[in-house]
Amino acid sequence: MGMNEKRIVAVTGNEAVAEAMRQINPDVCAAYPITPATDIMQRFTSFVSNGKVKTEMVLVESEHSAMSACVGASAAGGRVATATSSQGLALMWEELFIASGTRLPIVMALVNRALSAPLNIHGDHSDGMGARDCGWIQLWSENGQEAYDNMVQSFRIAEHMDIRMPAMVCLDGFIISHSIERMEFLDDEIVRNFVGEFKTTNPLLDIEHPVSYGPLILTDYYMEYRRAHAEVMSKVKNIVLDTAKEFENISGRKYGLFETYRLEDAEIGIVVLNSAAGTTKDAVDIFRDKGIKAGLLKPRLFRPFPYEEVGEALKHLKAICVLDRADAFGASYGPLFMEIASALYKYKERPLMFNKIYGLGGRDYMPGHAEEALSELAETAKKGVVKTYIDYLGVRE
Amino acid sequence: MCSGCGAPIVVKMALLASEYPVIASNATGCLEVSTCISEFTAWKIPWIHNAFENAAATISGVETMYRSLKKQGKIDKDIKFMAFGGDGGTYDIGFQSLSGAMERGHDMLYICYDNGAYMNTGIQRSSATPFGADTTTCPAGSVIPGKPQQRKDLTKIMAAHGIPYVAQASASHWSDLVKKVKKALDITGPKFMNIIAPCNRGWRSQTNDAILLSRLAVETCYWPLFEIEDGVTRITVKPKEKKPLTDFLKPQGRFKHMFAPQNEAQLKQAQDGVDKYWERLLREEEFYSPKE
Repeated sequence: MGMNEKRIVAVTGNEAVAEAMRQINPDVCAAYPITPATDIMQRFTSFVSNGKVKTEMVLVESEHSAMSACVGASAAGGRVATATSSQGLALMWEELFIASGTRLPIVMALVNRALSAPLNIHGDHSDGMGARDCGWIQLWSENGQEAYDNMVQSFRIAEHMDIRMPAMVCLDGFIISHSIERMEFLDDEIVRNFVGEFKTTNPLLDIEHPVSYGPLILTDYYMEYRRAHAEVMSKVKNIVLDTAKEFENISGRKYGLFETYRLEDAEIGIVVLNSAAGTTKDAVDIFRDKGIKAGLLKPRLFRPFPYEEVGEALKHLKAICVLDRADAFGASYGPLFMEIASALYKYKERPLMFNKIYGLGGRDYMPGHAEEALSELAETAKKGVVKTYIDYLGVRE
Repeated sequence: MCSGCGAPIVVKMALLASEYPVIASNATGCLEVSTCISEFTAWKIPWIHNAFENAAATISGVETMYRSLKKQGKIDKDIKFMAFGGDGGTYDIGFQSLSGAMERGHDMLYICYDNGAYMNTGIQRSSATPFGADTTTCPAGSVIPGKPQQRKDLTKIMAAHGIPYVAQASASHWSDLVKKVKKALDITGPKFMNIIAPCNRGWRSQTNDAILLSRLAVETCYWPLFEIEDGVTRITVKPKEKKPLTDFLKPQGRFKHMFAPQNEAQLKQAQDGVDKYWERLLREEEFYSPKE
């Protein structure tokens, strides 16, 4: 399998996700339109209508029914995928727990978008963060290439016989979903061989061996079920790494639990998810050119969160700024900040930390914002004092 | 389930009627919580409980996977798909999911066991609760004497979806019920059946009255037995003598207040509602019956 079988294309993030889904060729997809994820299913249904995939569609009347039908289809015994955004994910919320609690390996692309009110269709992470503790695996993607690569890998991860857990692949609404970039698609055969045949476990459709899904479990065993879920989640990290290694063999692209950029000898660092990482890397370069040892960490596997590895990667820094594209409305730090703080808590000597909320509702995150954060970091490291623990970046006061 | 409950009788009859293997989904409710607890299950067929409002969407997913795998040659058996939900999970919170599944044309039979309230959570009113009934959220008080609204006519709403088969049935008329389930399963596409299921806790009746009350519901024309096949209405059981509604109401504690002298008008309104519905149904049947 050579690298020469790769296709160089110029496509949007949504197009890349739809292409991955075409190559993976799920048995059933259930979906409901919502901006900015709509485009994925529009493209995919055209593959269905033109016989490019074997998939049967369930074009439902709401996202709640989309995930309900996914649960039914997955329990029936086959490969299932869907996509959504924002309000759609919010409406699915109840079903997200049922999908994971029932251990159904459904894969969902989540095109991150702000939550209402006020109504806003643009990219932020409040949807994905609101669903971070629903028992799904979450992989976050900086750009269209990563979204494509994560989609391909997520089926292998979710369907792994040691875990069987649903997975969502997150990419930034509009910024990535609707922007054209240069990327590489893998050959159909290579993707299909990589993902492999779907293996069933206790399918409803096996009428010779009837099974019951969805029992009532009260105080006697509910907690043991949740404990078992946590136990399974503890295996995800290694499966993500193993899958990434195999993926590197077919693609030449390296993935881990997170990406670091000029971090090893850095004194100050920014932690940020998804598309803003690209802009931040440029700012890091500018600071490096000025002789300031700046670096970056971009989480990829956000659920389950790899605390130990992230802590080890960041512990040597003098100061860290965590950028959150989701707000807790003055009630708490941003969700990413809390994870980073937790990862570093166990170290006696740890970096100074502060949190910046940025880019809500698709507000542009400009190189200037990254530089502002880095300047504050440099000053914090120099003085050894945090100016403000939590603040907004790029807001009109 | 509680002793004397109507729901398991309905489910047992429906499953016995099937000559095909059946896979069923079940909305959250009495039937669900009492039939599959921890590692114990009462279901001998493949069965899935997902949540309260999505028995239809869930079975639509199962049925779609069946079609996908059949198309791919991975499965060759003929399997039928059923969904069971109470009136709360069907008329109210599951209404959108049901309507969507019916419109999409899945090959499935949805059976609503209608006991006229949220019995599992403790007898709260639903849109299937009959006019005047005393429930825990529309209690018969000195100002408001029970439920002020009429029931939602879900059976007709399902017929308005233009699906090939819709029917109302009652376990008291078991051969009619079985015939309807058999007919429904032999028709390809979405089917809906509404089956009355007395709940002695909510109706405040005797534990041995489920079949008696089911029969009285039919004989008073409170629960007419009819079917709408390809848009044609046919009444399948016509009572020889239409009994007064009070015969159905009297044995039930939930209607006790309606017999107080000050609620005479309410009782009359209940009878009027039943009469109008029955007359409309007769006219509808006549409209479709073959002309000379």
